Amino acid sequence: MKNVVCYINQFFAGVGGEDKADFEPEVKKTPAGPTGLINQQLKAADAQVVATVVCGDNFMSTHRDEAIERILKALDEVGEFDLFIAGPAFQAGRYGVACGEIGKAVAAKYHVPVITSMHPENPGVEMFKKEMYVMKGSHSAGSMKDDVTAMTKLAAKILKGEDILGPDAEGYFQRGIRHQVWLNPPVCAADRAIEMLLKKVNGEPYTSELNIPKKDLVPIADALKDLSHAKIAMATTGGIVPVDNPDKIQSASATRWGKYDVTGMDRLEGGVFKTIHAGFDPAAANADPNVIMPIDVMREFEKEGKIGSLHKYFYSTVGTGTTQGEAKRMAKEIIPFLEEDHVDGIIMTST
Amino acid sequence: MVKEFERAGFPVVLMCNLLPVAQTVGVNRMVPTISIPYPLGDPSTTKEEQHALRKSRVGTALDSLATDIKKQTIFKVEI
Repeated sequence: MKNVVCYINQFFAGVGGEDKADFEPEVKKTPAGPTGLINQQLKAADAQVVATVVCGDNFMSTHRDEAIERILKALDEVGEFDLFIAGPAFQAGRYGVACGEIGKAVAAKYHVPVITSMHPENPGVEMFKKEMYVMKGSHSAGSMKDDVTAMTKLAAKILKGEDILGPDAEGYFQRGIRHQVWLNPPVCAADRAIEMLLKKVNGEPYTSELNIPKKDLVPIADALKDLSHAKIAMATTGGIVPVDNPDKIQSASATRWGKYDVTGMDRLEGGVFKTIHAGFDPAAANADPNVIMPIDVMREFEKEGKIGSLHKYFYSTVGTGTTQGEAKRMAKEIIPFLEEDHVDGIIMTST
Repeated sequence: MVKEFERAGFPVVLMCNLLPVAQTVGVNRMVPTISIPYPLGDPSTTKEEQHALRKSRVGTALDSLATDIKKQTIFKVEI
């Protein structure tokens, strides 16, 4: 019998939602939430879930080193295990990053294979796909069973010592690791290259054997020459809006944004502005919206002459679950307004 | 969004808690905040402490906009 350890967040463990996101790490000896399904599916591979680590997403992101240290210490007492499964994390950014962080630490310490699952837009994919098997997962927990099944299928193959056939065949993100592969029947490299070249020349589709991943970097914008004459605009993905949310910006997976006039305001007052972001406990920001959109100190900098002026509008949307495509579109819609108003520089706050 | 602003030529700084994400995505100027629900003021501290932290970190962000950089940079905070 092979032993598997799982990692899930506070939400999937049934501890609670955003109000429990500071939940400190705990190791449960019995399966919890999705790890019950994982355990059931692994039976066919003669494997079992011996422990489930539960940790709040905020605790992991804010106290990463402490969280990892405590979890690893607790795992020392679990006994030997053969594989580590984290998630599935779907498109939940903090959860995906948490799965990656703990998976990386577990792989380094215990030298066991690690499997997780994330939606392609989860930032954890780019960060951790080289470190572990990140299965190409779904957008939301509605597809829990599919994503779990994909992970346990690969887990079973690894545990049984079967050949892993590469990212496309197995359904994980390319890890940037090159393996020697024996083709059956064998075709020598020169023949394959000529075949590819002929297809290319004839305009037929072909698949390269070595895909080079691209990283999208933007040229660094020139620094402001004189801050004391600059007009600075504020923007946020933290969902700060007037309390009636006039633009009906969605609390998650946003496709809309708003611009809000702060003329004559020395600060954003609670009760006048609030956050509609569904990805964290809103209590602190509702009581004092300046903790996300710091209009109060920007006004002070304006009065003190550190900046020329604070732009009369701040721009706001919600960052949780929002795709990179939508974010890009919203920014492109905002840019003409900033240009028209001769904004010189931008501070963006995110949660 | 930050990258699109920068692509349009605006110097832009991202104040955020998940710096590794910002780095991976390709943000150029970054200033750390203290948490996700309250990036710029811990409600368990006094109003004065929250204000001091916020003023210091936003000040760092403003300075970053006036600082020439050659590569992705996380600016050091004082509080």
